[in-house]
Amino acid sequence: MTKIFVSRDAASLALGSSQVVQRMSEEAAARGLPLDLVFTGSRGLFWLEPLVEVETSGGRIAYGPLKSSDVADLFEAGFLTGAAHPLRLGRMEDEPYLARQTRLTFARCGIVDPLSIEDYRAHGGYAGLARAHSLVAQAVVDEVKLSGLRGRGGAGFPTGIKWDTVLHAAADRKYVVCNADEGDSGTFADRMLMEGDPFCLIEGMTIAGLAVGASKGFIYIRSEYPHAYRTVSKAIEFATKAGYLGPSVMGSGRAFTLEARLGAGAYICGEETSLLESLEGKRGMVRAKPPLPALKGLFGKPTVVNNVLSLATVPWILAHGGQTYADFGMGRSRGTLPIQLAGNVKRGGLIEIAFGATLREIVEEFGGGTVSGRPVRAVQVGGPLGAYFPASMMDLPLDYEALAAQKGLLGHGGIVVFDDSVDLARQARFAFEFCAAESCGKCTPCRVGAVRGVEVMDRIISGIEPEKNFEVLEDLCSLMTDASLCAMGGLTPVPVMSALTHFPEDFDKAPRVPVAAE
Amino acid sequence: MSEIIAAYSSLDGPTLPILHALQEEFGYVPEDAVPMIASALNLSRAEIHGAVTFYHDFRHEPAGKHVLKLCRAEACQSMNGPQIAGDFLAKLGIGWGETTPDGVLTVEGVYCLGLCACAPSALYDGEPIGRLTRERLDAVVQEARGA
Repeated sequence: MTKIFVSRDAASLALGSSQVVQRMSEEAAARGLPLDLVFTGSRGLFWLEPLVEVETSGGRIAYGPLKSSDVADLFEAGFLTGAAHPLRLGRMEDEPYLARQTRLTFARCGIVDPLSIEDYRAHGGYAGLARAHSLVAQAVVDEVKLSGLRGRGGAGFPTGIKWDTVLHAAADRKYVVCNADEGDSGTFADRMLMEGDPFCLIEGMTIAGLAVGASKGFIYIRSEYPHAYRTVSKAIEFATKAGYLGPSVMGSGRAFTLEARLGAGAYICGEETSLLESLEGKRGMVRAKPPLPALKGLFGKPTVVNNVLSLATVPWILAHGGQTYADFGMGRSRGTLPIQLAGNVKRGGLIEIAFGATLREIVEEFGGGTVSGRPVRAVQVGGPLGAYFPASMMDLPLDYEALAAQKGLLGHGGIVVFDDSVDLARQARFAFEFCAAESCGKCTPCRVGAVRGVEVMDRIISGIEPEKNFEVLEDLCSLMTDASLCAMGGLTPVPVMSALTHFPEDFDKAPRVPVAAE
Repeated sequence: MSEIIAAYSSLDGPTLPILHALQEEFGYVPEDAVPMIASALNLSRAEIHGAVTFYHDFRHEPAGKHVLKLCRAEACQSMNGPQIAGDFLAKLGIGWGETTPDGVLTVEGVYCLGLCACAPSALYDGEPIGRLTRERLDAVVQEARGA
């Protein structure tokens, strides 16, 4: 029986993969050819989806992007043996887009059946946890410290140091919380991982639990990701049945249990303290820090709060060693970064690559320019709170510090490409509009500042007293930056001011002269 | 309702799971549920009311027969999403969050579905749609009305 691999990632479904699969099953049945369909996550090359891979003696041979109407033709051509066809792509490993990447966190995504523990183990799964079991807690934390892993959610805080704080906090109960409230536009890596390799996240959280002495974990998944929620919930169930979660993890006598929880459509719940409030059943209002969640987190207990990608990278680090991971990257940004390339771009998808690649390499070499065929005018890096950079700044390397130096941020690694039809004054207005809609309302600079920001932008766009309003805008932005309680209000000025700085013509504003000397 | 509330009350932080389960059952969170949840969890009605009204997901009245969530965030903006959505709403004669007069379709805006590499995107009764066009949206309406 021929094995056929098809992605059931939400993006593949959005592009029609289930229709292709249905057509394929019908055609196979009509021809009396038995198929062994294996549903995987996505490889993350979305312009090639829906994509199917056929197992042959020469490896998995891919065909795509497919439409239902291509199916009969594929059977005629003999695709079940990997035969030639205009849509034949060959082995995905040889596809330059994938071959140029360094897939550590995403090593299995798109390859394994996300709900098969055997498949997970066959591809190196649970090697990290086995190693963690052989070490004392401090040694596990030290390994993560050595790796240089920094929080992939956006803040970039060293994961090992966070774990160390929780390990040394004395308490009767501790928690591990996974932040899977991936709300930034242009990002989908958390979703892909949860749909494509959920055991990797579960293993990472289990290791975190062992390392800091927590016996319970929660995965807080946004409600916009119903597929990820279902897959993760199932995976937790399977891992529990198989003894990888429960009162005695892998027979070690140490307990760790997991629960997946659904968010309810609030962007702010991606902020860690707001997420904790939400998990406790309250309004997702941001807490003042200190106390840090590492000392007083969920239900007032010491809590590790990490992003999906941070936790899902831990099994690799434990299995291969912290130093091996740290050997990738540049400066203080160690390891690999799963970049998500999206928006108006020809070849959008997931690009996991060592820190330090330039925007140009990503947008032009990987992305192939805009899908509209018009020139790239702006890229927004790091989600709705990230900066808009012009095409002239595309030589910027993707690294926490390099972007910060240009008044931008890496965030969760999302890059959204815009062509020359974009109006940056409108985008700046949207940044305030989004903040007004999603602010938790606790602090005044964010709650009121966002609304005032929309009003100021409306006056600027209508050409009402522009010079005075630019002054108000800059004043408002510096106030929000300095006085907001969290990153929501504190970083909303980033897209606004970057749009104004790099694209003054969209605001009918003369460029600032002289441009600051290099 | 009391059955649903009881089923989740023993969880740690049960409020959101209860609200989700109620909305799943009734299509919205009935006002009457607020005092019931408050009493079951030994919290004040204000706290439960506060939670229900904080989150965009929880509806205070039933939605239409079908629900279409259209993404309004930046990646979809870069692919003409606002124009497509604007024209669509104008054609239906409704605004964001509203239901067509025949009660068939509710259109809600969301900020990001994580389908940014195939923008603009939508979720129709939980099924994802990528590379959304005006024609595809017309087909969704037809399907909603025909079903």
